[in-house]
Amino acid sequence: MTRIQAVNDFVVKFANVNGSGSASANELFAKSIIRMGVPVSPRNIFPSNIQGLPTWYEVRVTDQGYLGRRGGVDMMVAMNPQTWDEDVAEISPGGYLFYDNTKPLPKSRFRDDITVIGVPLTEICNAAYSDPRQRQLFKNIIYVGALSSLLDIDPAAIEKLFAEQYRGKEKLLDSNIKALNLGRDYAAAHLDCDIGLKVKPSDRVGDRIFIDGNSAAALGLVYGGATVCAWYPITPSSSLAESFIKYCQTLRVDPETGKNLFASVQAEDELASIGMVIGAGWNGARAFTATSGPGVSLMTEFIGLAYFAEIPATIINVQRGGPSTGMPTRTQQADILSCAYASNGDTKHVLLFPEDPHECFEFSATALDLADRLQTPVFVMTDLDIGMNQRLSAPFVWDDARAYDRGKVMTEEELEAGKTFGRYLDVDGDGIPYRTYPGTHPKRGAYFTRGTTKDRYARYSEEGPVYVDNMERLVKKFETAKSLVPQPLTRPAKKATRNGVLFFGSTSPSMHEALDRLEAAGEHLDAMRIRAYPFCDDVMDFIARHDRVFIVEQNRDGQLRGMLINEGGIDPAKMIAVLHYDGTPITARFIVADIADKLARYNVTPIKKVAS
Amino acid sequence: MTYIAKPKLHHPSLTRNKAGYTRRDYEGPVSTLCAGCGHDSISAAIIQACFDLDIQPHRVAKLSGIGCSSKTPTYFLGNSHGFNSVHGRMPSVLTGANLANRDLLYLGVSGDGDSASIGLGQFAHSMRRGVNMVYIVMNNGVYGLTKGQFSATADKGSKSKRGVINSDEPIDLASLALQLGATFVARSFSGDKTQLVPLIEAAIAHRGAAFIDVISPCVAFNNHPGSTKSYDYVREHNEAVNRIDFITKRDEITTDYAPGTVQEVVQHDGSILRLRKVDESYDANNRIAAMNYSQEHHAKGEVVTGLLYVDPEPQELHGYLHTVDAPFNRLSSRELCPGSARLAKINASLR
Ligand SMILES: Cc1ncc(C[n+]2csc(CCOP(=O)(O)OP(=O)(O)O)c2C)c(N)n1
Ligand code: SF4
Ligand SMILES: [Mg+2]
Repeated sequence: MTRIQAVNDFVVKFANVNGSGSASANELFAKSIIRMGVPVSPRNIFPSNIQGLPTWYEVRVTDQGYLGRRGGVDMMVAMNPQTWDEDVAEISPGGYLFYDNTKPLPKSRFRDDITVIGVPLTEICNAAYSDPRQRQLFKNIIYVGALSSLLDIDPAAIEKLFAEQYRGKEKLLDSNIKALNLGRDYAAAHLDCDIGLKVKPSDRVGDRIFIDGNSAAALGLVYGGATVCAWYPITPSSSLAESFIKYCQTLRVDPETGKNLFASVQAEDELASIGMVIGAGWNGARAFTATSGPGVSLMTEFIGLAYFAEIPATIINVQRGGPSTGMPTRTQQADILSCAYASNGDTKHVLLFPEDPHECFEFSATALDLADRLQTPVFVMTDLDIGMNQRLSAPFVWDDARAYDRGKVMTEEELEAGKTFGRYLDVDGDGIPYRTYPGTHPKRGAYFTRGTTKDRYARYSEEGPVYVDNMERLVKKFETAKSLVPQPLTRPAKKATRNGVLFFGSTSPSMHEALDRLEAAGEHLDAMRIRAYPFCDDVMDFIARHDRVFIVEQNRDGQLRGMLINEGGIDPAKMIAVLHYDGTPITARFIVADIADKLARYNVTPIKKVAS
Repeated sequence: MTYIAKPKLHHPSLTRNKAGYTRRDYEGPVSTLCAGCGHDSISAAIIQACFDLDIQPHRVAKLSGIGCSSKTPTYFLGNSHGFNSVHGRMPSVLTGANLANRDLLYLGVSGDGDSASIGLGQFAHSMRRGVNMVYIVMNNGVYGLTKGQFSATADKGSKSKRGVINSDEPIDLASLALQLGATFVARSFSGDKTQLVPLIEAAIAHRGAAFIDVISPCVAFNNHPGSTKSYDYVREHNEAVNRIDFITKRDEITTDYAPGTVQEVVQHDGSILRLRKVDESYDANNRIAAMNYSQEHHAKGEVVTGLLYVDPEPQELHGYLHTVDAPFNRLSSRELCPGSARLAKINASLR
């Protein structure tokens, strides 16, 4: 058997029982490696099926900084007896199995093409602790200790993390260090620590921060000035609203009065949460909701109303798989169509596609500005992969000179001075009318808000031409949006090529890794990351410049591809779908294999094909 | 359909209220509802109440769902912002609007279909939350706008215009509001202006979730014999528990009442509600008794009207959420944005 040998480039997967306190120990493991200057990318896998309460935490250690999911498992830390068999089966040949060998297991439960490392965790724990809760919690720290010895993780990095976490709680600090050393001492005394997987200090982390996308988006909403949050719990978005509240409890309390500069309402359902957001937006507050696909489905009537009545609303959609339960705890990018055209009637909505927590922060704040500027619903399309996993990303930035863009709001002074006010009147030629907040002026600026049935002055009208006039202005407004939304980013190939690839959102880290690998294999592709809908002209130019354009998406039907073809009037034949949608995050391995396979087929000339 | 503006010429003798407005300033364009529709009378009562209370029209936000009833906000308070939202969802829009600016008066108008069928959930939850608002349901027992189908408030055994007997149990929104924690609950009749106007005034003065169920006959689809929401039926079965003399603090009390016939409730803003009891045993401060009374009399086929319940010390959503006094929509990045120095610290804590 050849054992897998790798420095700073391997995958460790922890199989745990939910609620056993493993989450913080696993995070400690990941963070200690980051503190050594080595990038890691962890992912939580938590099925809806709760039998045996399985939960997995997969840590990719990646010196090159490839933060996408890699696929394959080099070391399994098997702590859940219920999932033992599938966990053992998942280890790559030559890999390692780490387990609690307090109770002996028959040989048939193992494999002979892997290295098995047993540590009597329960025994060590029971000897050291009598309290059952302590036994459970410290067992996790003991395995982190043993792993640190096996993998050469610097114990000082771990102790420093403990010191930060338990500042002022010396007793807890000491007991954690003790548990860590129980594991390290056992490993030193009983294990052959000369295994093939090692962590070596590096300098590849830089000033990056380590945070999940939901918290990042929540903080962006705080910075962006959201005052009203209305939500209904749904995985994987709930932690976004909860983080918003948590951040607000420290960042949004008026120092003088102790009163809250925010309001959060847990609504009775998504119809109510979006209704509240629209009511607040209509009345001039910055409001948002966080939800996932099923929530958006319920919201669609209201989203249409907000489109036609031109009311700002920010919706963070943390996408997941399909309806009901089960796959929904997995990741997908499958709500692109349902959000872009949500609701009845001719509607289209602005979508932003963040790639990581850094952009979750930035785009959430930007969405509030755009919603006000464009007076329309704006979606931030994140997903479970970004939202619920901590990810290394560039630090958050905020320019103190940045004022909130409240868009075109007519003031009392302007109304008093006799400025013409027509709620749906295009004064500036950009399709964006002026609005007033209720209560602004005693005699002027009041209007009656309704869906489509109105003229430029918000007076009731069911006349066809009046309706068309308004609808055409809305199209113009959507055109204006093109220059306001985050622009696409290109990564030109090192060699001139007629092949291009488009991607968006959480596919980004795997895509960049795939591009490196394709390039190393001599396949050059120009790449563009789409960051928003409406699609800017640059996107259409990019497609026009290439003979073949791959569109990489995490859904079944190539939803973005369809939109591009439709909106750009593009020949579908040149638009090649690369689709991954089994609920796991897309990998570079998948992208490389799929694109290479498709390119190989194109590189065969048709004549030869016919001849064969 | 056309938009008919009322002639703007003001008659010089039109009296002005203390805020400097004439009654006309509280009106809207001419109603397009059927002549004789109860809803128009309720609009008139709203206009009267706002005029009487010297309310500045632009400080009112009027919101509604969908239905003939929900169209009425177009026809009153033409100088107020209005929002005709989607069917059954006015309560959530109103809640959000209220969160954005706690300084305005929120008037929610809905129908029995809008609130008791499609919007029952939102109705219920807005009451639970104690949103500071006046919530009026124009209750005709049918869907007027979609031409006469039974609504969920139609009484069991009542007959539709086409002769169908309703077999479903009715939803009594006032009883629900009582149970769900509304702090002001009343029922009235569109045809009884002397009762309705003071009730609306009292609801406006109330700082909390104020709900008024107003029976409002639909002349087109539900005003026939066999209906329990017709003018004739309601007139015959109207059981008023009390009558409000709503007076402000500054006014002197001039009328003398026999002892035990008047209940006074001091509202949060200092105004006094004087309830002239019709049923001497009725206590408008007792939520549970109010529920029982309503149910008992409904079982006898009576329509109990009047101020059923008022909590003299209501709580409301902003209090629960402990929000600042300033309206959210006036806050800027100065108050709301924690700034880059703080962000640098947050970044540092995430490494
Ligand atoms: C989602 C949706 N479903 C159905 C309708 C059709 N609709 C319009 S008004 C109405 C019923 C209104 O009844 P009610 O609230 O009692 O008002 P009324 O007309 O009786 O005053 C219905 C079903 C709609 N507008 N929206
Ligand atoms: S249909 Fe009924 S509810 Fe509608 S306007 Fe006519 S009378 Fe009123
Ligand atoms: Mg009705």
